[in-house]
Amino acid sequence: MAVSIEELQAKAKQLRKHIIRMTTAAGSGHPSSSLSAVEMITALYFGGFMKYRPQEPQWPSRDRFILSKGHAVPALYAAMAEAGYFTVEATMSLRKLGSVFEGHPNMARMPGIEASTGSLGQGLSIGLGQALGLRLDKLDSRVFVMTGDGELDEGQVWEAAAAAGKFKPGNLTLIVDQNGYQQTGATKDVLDMRPIADKFAAFGWHTQVVNGNCQANAFAALTIATNIKDRPTCIVSQTQKGFGILPLLEAEGDLNYHGKPLSAALAEKAIAFLGS
Amino acid sequence: MYYGELSGLKLGAATRDAFGDALKELGAKHPEVVVVDADVGNSTRTEPFMKAFPERSFNVGIAESNMVSVASGLASCGKTAVCSSFATFLLSNAFDQLRMSVAFPKMNVKFVGSHSGISIGEDGPSQMGIEDVSLACSLPGVKVIVPSDAVQTAAATAAMLAEHGPIYLRTGRSKVAILYPNGCDFQIGKAIQLRDGSDVTIIANGLMVAAAVDAATELAKAGVSARVLDMHTVKPVDEEAIVKAARETQRIVVVEEHLMHGGLGSVVATVVSRTVPVPMAYVNVGDCFAESGDPQGLLDKYGLNPAAIVAAVKSVMG
Repeated sequence: MAVSIEELQAKAKQLRKHIIRMTTAAGSGHPSSSLSAVEMITALYFGGFMKYRPQEPQWPSRDRFILSKGHAVPALYAAMAEAGYFTVEATMSLRKLGSVFEGHPNMARMPGIEASTGSLGQGLSIGLGQALGLRLDKLDSRVFVMTGDGELDEGQVWEAAAAAGKFKPGNLTLIVDQNGYQQTGATKDVLDMRPIADKFAAFGWHTQVVNGNCQANAFAALTIATNIKDRPTCIVSQTQKGFGILPLLEAEGDLNYHGKPLSAALAEKAIAFLGS
Repeated sequence: MYYGELSGLKLGAATRDAFGDALKELGAKHPEVVVVDADVGNSTRTEPFMKAFPERSFNVGIAESNMVSVASGLASCGKTAVCSSFATFLLSNAFDQLRMSVAFPKMNVKFVGSHSGISIGEDGPSQMGIEDVSLACSLPGVKVIVPSDAVQTAAATAAMLAEHGPIYLRTGRSKVAILYPNGCDFQIGKAIQLRDGSDVTIIANGLMVAAAVDAATELAKAGVSARVLDMHTVKPVDEEAIVKAARETQRIVVVEEHLMHGGLGSVVATVVSRTVPVPMAYVNVGDCFAESGDPQGLLDKYGLNPAAIVAAVKSVMG
């Protein structure tokens, strides 16, 4: 492989710092929901699984990544900045009036964003449509969609899961960022959708369950998924909300830490904690 | 009896049939057109296209939300994505998807709602799309077309596919009178004057245009000169035609097979009130759900007929 796990781990650390800095600068946002998804997004953008051209974001043969859990968009902005779509400095205007770095992904204002999300449940359907469109054009492009596990409460996800089972797009990969929490509490308490992989398997998907905060596991899961060409693939990525700075959030007494930025002081501690 | 008969118009096909035939014909010329169906293609009439072009057709089952977002995904890959269902299921069930997956990212999705209005008849209020125009108009950047006959529907289908961006097309179940010759001119956003008149202007769309023509025929017998405007595009509405009508006829009656709030009546009133305020009256379903029954019986009971239009005209004549 062209890139080592160590290099990806270093990149993931950078993404985490960007996420914390931009949400703290914004004074709002969802850093903990972004942090859980970092290893998978790092592997996608820097592990060789996605072909893309930052200088030509609408390149028709590109692979596509849809962040259906749109509130985690700081993680996507961080990855796109590291990939060269824009500078890291630019992302610090997150959520400010006039900035294209909106609170949720808005493809109409930012080339390289593949779907406008923020109303949970729609990304897998959009990704299915893209996978079918790319297949129709005989393009060798893959669509990756990331949902949360709380997002699986939305019925539309299962409409899409069933339809993907019917049309069998071998170029569609779903990553469920199973960080175990949603807005008001643990997913197991709010609405327990487990066993997740079994449900997708029942609709005809190839499934894997992996430790999604382990960079090597994330890389291996994507390697397996992208080698499957005859049916859609689902990776249940078991993660932790706020991964990377969990001891700090624990000390704050809130392991969910949903929808709030770190204070300036805590952000400084977190960045020091992440290390160089 | 059918609307337009009194005025010597011939009965033609339903607008849903005209849409389906046109879509299949245009599909042959436009390989980028794809269809997504929520298992009602034989009702909405996307079926002829789906049979002719199976590789470009996707029946996702009875799942309107998924249908709309899948259409969005296809559109983002350069396709002209057409999706359709009954108007009420499309707009009401999949409204969030029309908002987030289609309107907000300005996707090239054409969404077509059949079974509009109360004239679908016996199947009853659960199947009647009477709020769809209001919902569609509320979406920023979405154009809304309500064609009045088969010829215009074919032209509107072609115009819709030729234009990039989100468009809602509303079709009906029942056969309607032929108002236009084949090859007639059709431009999105440009109203068509069917009758000239100087005392009042009746602005209508869909099935109610033929009823408006009949009302004008009746009014002429009573010495009232009524202009009839076919306002097939509700958004963007033809402000110029409305202002001209208000100025020249001083009275306006708006007629539609839709609820009172948010439909053509509201749209026209917004223009009139800020340009040339004149007395107005409205003929529509009001603020209620209808019921099962025969189509003409329903139209009569809920006040959607030439007699109701004549009464509304008289109310603004003073």
